[in-house]
This record gives sequence, structure tokens and C-alpha cells, in this order.
Amino acid sequence: MKLSSLKLFPTTGHPLRSFGWIGLAAVAWLLLYNLIQPLADWLAYSALGLDPASQLGSSVAFFLYDVPKILLLLSGMIFVISVIRTFFSPERTRALLGGKREGLGNFMAAALGIVTPFCSCSAVPLFIGFVESGIPLGVTFSFLIAAPTINEVAIVMLFGLFGWKVAGLYIASGLVIATMAGIIIGRMKMERDVEDFVWQIQSSGSEIFESLTWEQRFARAWESVKEIVGKVWLYVVIGIAVGAGIHGYMPEDALVSIMGKNAWWSVPVAVLMGVPLYSNAAGVIPIVSALMEKGASLGTVLAFMMAVVGLSLPEVIILRRVLKPRLIAVFVGVVALAIIVTGYLFNFVM
Amino acid sequence: MLTIKVLGSGCANCKKLESVTRQAIAKLGIEAEVIKVTEYPDIMKYKIMSTPGLVVDEKVVSSGRIPSEAEITTFLTSALAV
Repeated sequence: MKLSSLKLFPTTGHPLRSFGWIGLAAVAWLLLYNLIQPLADWLAYSALGLDPASQLGSSVAFFLYDVPKILLLLSGMIFVISVIRTFFSPERTRALLGGKREGLGNFMAAALGIVTPFCSCSAVPLFIGFVESGIPLGVTFSFLIAAPTINEVAIVMLFGLFGWKVAGLYIASGLVIATMAGIIIGRMKMERDVEDFVWQIQSSGSEIFESLTWEQRFARAWESVKEIVGKVWLYVVIGIAVGAGIHGYMPEDALVSIMGKNAWWSVPVAVLMGVPLYSNAAGVIPIVSALMEKGASLGTVLAFMMAVVGLSLPEVIILRRVLKPRLIAVFVGVVALAIIVTGYLFNFVM
Repeated sequence: MLTIKVLGSGCANCKKLESVTRQAIAKLGIEAEVIKVTEYPDIMKYKIMSTPGLVVDEKVVSSGRIPSEAEITTFLTSALAV
């Protein structure tokens, strides 16, 4: 995939021209998207001559349909999300959160966590920047929990493989978990457990606020599509291949006893298993989606997903630079507990 | 001579920013010193909230992203013109 050589947007030219290109790209995207199903069926059943009723046939058709569908969805939706994100920056989010009280501040921080561009490698400067400007620790944590948990790749893949209801539930529970966990951490008054050097830094003050043209926004969004899709596409393909195998070969209801809603221990186990799987969120979702078809329950699956993206080992290690071990432990413990509670809640309600 | 600083704790994006910056310098054929700033207290002196950051002659020109080589070339030439 030679994405890096693609240059969709010329950096000069009339601004309307870039809107023209976007329009064309959207039409092409829609056409392609609607062609996937007939093409996948034709390839699997006519070109390869597989029997739709056979295990191999249904696995292959599933794979040929899901891979292009998910990759197209990822490209299109990440482009849109990235354009929206060019209107936000950590600096602007910090300014919006300044002086907000507990509760509302936590919820706003969690919501802004979705739209603010964030990479866990920037967690430390962001943490210092927030805390230094007087944003309470609990509100800062609401942001730090929501930003990686309500992750754009996870949202798009949940939407593509489970539908908008599950994607919506995922976003809503991510918001609730981040808000609640932030409030709890804030109430624990753990300012002493932030590394001392953080309090000595004088960082608040002038910032660069950029004003971008639409062309620049589109160009940046396209850059992030290339970066994100370039990073996850292989995991997506592998994940869907495994998922397709499960879809075709595993008997129905095989997992009801171990991952169904009556297996009480499945939620904590799912959370424990999810933590080390960080970088593979893109590959995990298609597998999980196939497992759900075979009897795994929604609460267990959502808890697993949240643990995969929200509680990642690399982020914990990075945050250790600014948080003392006690606060790290509280952070991981509170988030894990919140995820487990959410998992049970969905298992009982649904 | 320009003094260029790449701010970041050594993540993949920081390394990429450094190499793009070096490319831009080499193509322009200018003299510049590239310094990597990896300690958080030092990084935070530049008041950025996301890494990697790029500093040309003590002025922050970008943060939280990897500008294209063309963009970096513009940063460098405008710093030279001052």
C-alpha cells in the first residue's frame, strides 16, 4: 500500500477546488461502498465457485465483504472526524475547561476527549499543561480516560460490524465511565501523588493558536487518514480473517456457557485479557464481533473493548513519569472497576 | 546558523519529525544544529501541550503533528530571513 506517495490536495489553488475534490471523493466512496456486497458475492460464489451454504463459502464471502467495507468506512469516517478535530486543540480544550466545576467539568472533559486530537505519547505534556493551568486533577483524569477509550478506530469498527446502536452505547458508556472515574479520583484528593516536578513547571501562558484554511484542514485530515489506516489495516485484515473463520466454522451458541451473560466471571476476565492487547484494538473487534454471534454477551464484549483501548500498558508507563505509584494504582483500579460495572450493567439490562 | 530543537520524549513521531527536519536542512543546504529535547521539564519550557514539537531559534513553530518537508522548509527560510 503506497499511501505515502498519494497527494490528494494541492497546497495552492482556489479554496472551492478542494471542496470540489471532496465532493467527487464522496461520490466515488458511496459508489464503491455499494459495490462491495455484489462484488464479494460474485467473487466468492461465481469466480471461486464456492457454495454459499458451505462453511468455507460463508467464511470467504464474509472476509471478502468485511475487509473492503471496514477499510472504506475507516478511511471515510476518519477523514470526517479528522476535519472536525482540526477545530480543536489541547490548548483550546484547556481554555474551555478552565474554571468549570466538578461534575460539569468532568463531563465536558470527557466529551472534549473525543474531539481533541490526542496521542498517548502526548499524555505527559497534556497532563502537565492541564494541571498547571489550575484544572482539577479529577477533571484532567476524565479527559485522560475518555481520549483513548472513545477512540475513532474503535467507534468506526463497532459501527461497521455491530451497527450504530452498539457504537452509540460504546460512546455513551465511555463518557459515563470517564466522568465518574474522574469525579472519584478528584474526590480522593491525591494532589500529593503527582510527581513533584510537575508543580514546579511554569508552563501556562502564551500558546500558538493556528487559524487554518479549509484546504489545510482537508490536507491534514488526509494525512491522518493515511497515518491511521496505514497503521491499522494489517490488523484489520488479520482480525477479519480470524473472525471469518469463527463465523464459518464455530458452531452456534458455542460460547454461551463461557462468554454468555450468565457466566458472571466473564466480565472481569474480559477486562484482564483486554489490558495487554492495546495496539491490536483494530484486530480485536472483528474477532469479538464473530464471538458475539456465537453467544458472547454484549456487556462482556463492551467491557473487553474498553479495556483494550482505555487501559493500555504503554499509557500507564508513560503516565508513571508524572504520577506516583499510588495514583497510578488508583487510576487503573478505578477505571477497571468502572468498566466491569458497565459490563455487568449491559449484561443484566440487555 | 539556525538552532533547531525537536521536543519529544523519544516516541516514533519525534524520530520521524527529526528525520524530516534533517532532510529539509540538507535540501536547503543551510547550516543548522538539530538538538533533541527529551526531558519533560525542558520540553514544558516551550509551553506546548502535545509532542512532537518543533522549535526554530527558540520559537515554537509546530506541536502535536509532523509538518511536511515543504512546511518545514518554509519555517526554516522565514527564520533565516529575519
